[in-house]
Amino acid sequence: MVFFQNMGLLAVTPGMVFMWVIGLLLIYLAITRQYEPLLLLPIGFGIIITNLPLSYLMEPGEGLIWRFYHYGIEWEIIPPLIFLGLGALTDFGALLAQPRLIFLGAAAQVGVYVTFFIAYAMGFSLEEAATIGIIGGADGPTTIYLSAKLAPQLLGACAVAAYSYMALVPLIMPPIMKLLTTDAERKIRMKKGRKVTAREKLFFPIFAAMVIILLVPASAPLIAMFMMGNLFRESKVVERLNEVAQNSLMNMVTIFLGVSVGATMSADIFLRKEVIFIFFLGLFAFMISTASGILLAKFMNLFTSNKINPLVGAAGVSAVPMAARVVQKVGASADKKNYLLMFAMGPNIAGVIGTVIAAGIFISILK
Amino acid sequence: MATEVLVPLAGSIWEILVEIGEEVEEDDELLVIEALKMENPVYAPCDGKVSEIRVKKGDVVEDDDVLMIIETT
Repeated sequence: MVFFQNMGLLAVTPGMVFMWVIGLLLIYLAITRQYEPLLLLPIGFGIIITNLPLSYLMEPGEGLIWRFYHYGIEWEIIPPLIFLGLGALTDFGALLAQPRLIFLGAAAQVGVYVTFFIAYAMGFSLEEAATIGIIGGADGPTTIYLSAKLAPQLLGACAVAAYSYMALVPLIMPPIMKLLTTDAERKIRMKKGRKVTAREKLFFPIFAAMVIILLVPASAPLIAMFMMGNLFRESKVVERLNEVAQNSLMNMVTIFLGVSVGATMSADIFLRKEVIFIFFLGLFAFMISTASGILLAKFMNLFTSNKINPLVGAAGVSAVPMAARVVQKVGASADKKNYLLMFAMGPNIAGVIGTVIAAGIFISILK
Repeated sequence: MATEVLVPLAGSIWEILVEIGEEVEEDDELLVIEALKMENPVYAPCDGKVSEIRVKKGDVVEDDDVLMIIETT
């Protein structure tokens, strides 16, 4: 009798069954469509197991996944470690060759702030509104980091929204890009920037870490790790650390990140009408960010003879390198001999840093 | 007259689609450069005959390196 009472089967609720379906859907999208499989697969599985009753996997203090979540995400360890790997993977060359493109990465944060105000006006708390707005930056680890600090109850929904929109970059961005540019603008071939020396690339992470952290100290955990990873890469003397940061370490923490994020989505937390708003607002934020980057590029063109192809502005959202690839594709469909990929990487990387700074500003104001 | 085909974006040579001696027309695909996990075709700048190929599959190339030479008649 005791065995039957302890069986989970009798405690299943319709909400849990619904969450299983969502988990399966993410797993399906990860496998068949290859939508961010490294994250959506463990997230999908995490959703299923957290919605199996009486398993206590997320029970504070004792559950296995709760420990991953608590020590990994609440203690703010995993997102900065991901940033260490991202730093090691990043080549700042494209950005240093054309520093003016940094502004495009900054412009793409407009969606973050616009959405912040709209979400607040809709009745979300300031902390929740900030977390929803940051989805517009389309940066998974930053969204998770900010959410864990300001609005942990929204973490699962915001993370899934951010990763979904990153995966959907090739579908969401091109219509906006085509709507806001003329055929002639899409055909603009940009002049190559100057050659960037190895010494500049070496000093950049040190200098950038100092400047950004001095200005926005709350961004320090993510920026410090990102720049250290980049220093590993550019110093050329710690190839082993560089390699571990961008491959094995990143892969390891991704496992714990994915399953923990999924496990935050239990039916009672996730199935509320606010979650629908989060997905819509997140998409809105992302679209505004795409548009504002393009519009700033067009605005900058009014003042310079060295024209910027406005498509490049769309890459200011930080989905690296998906956004840059989309820019290349849309550009090549207007003029097949136009290679925008490397130009787009500049704002793309600036966008990552811009999103982290935006998150740092939210933390310092709201915490 | 010889026309140089230059690298339009840095990356590695993914595939070479023509051979020495082959006649090509402007805008034909000559080779594919892989950058950021994306395959980018490089097109012929003019009509002519491929007289020299200076890279091989897997080579890492920088902006404006010479990929091949096309002899125009």
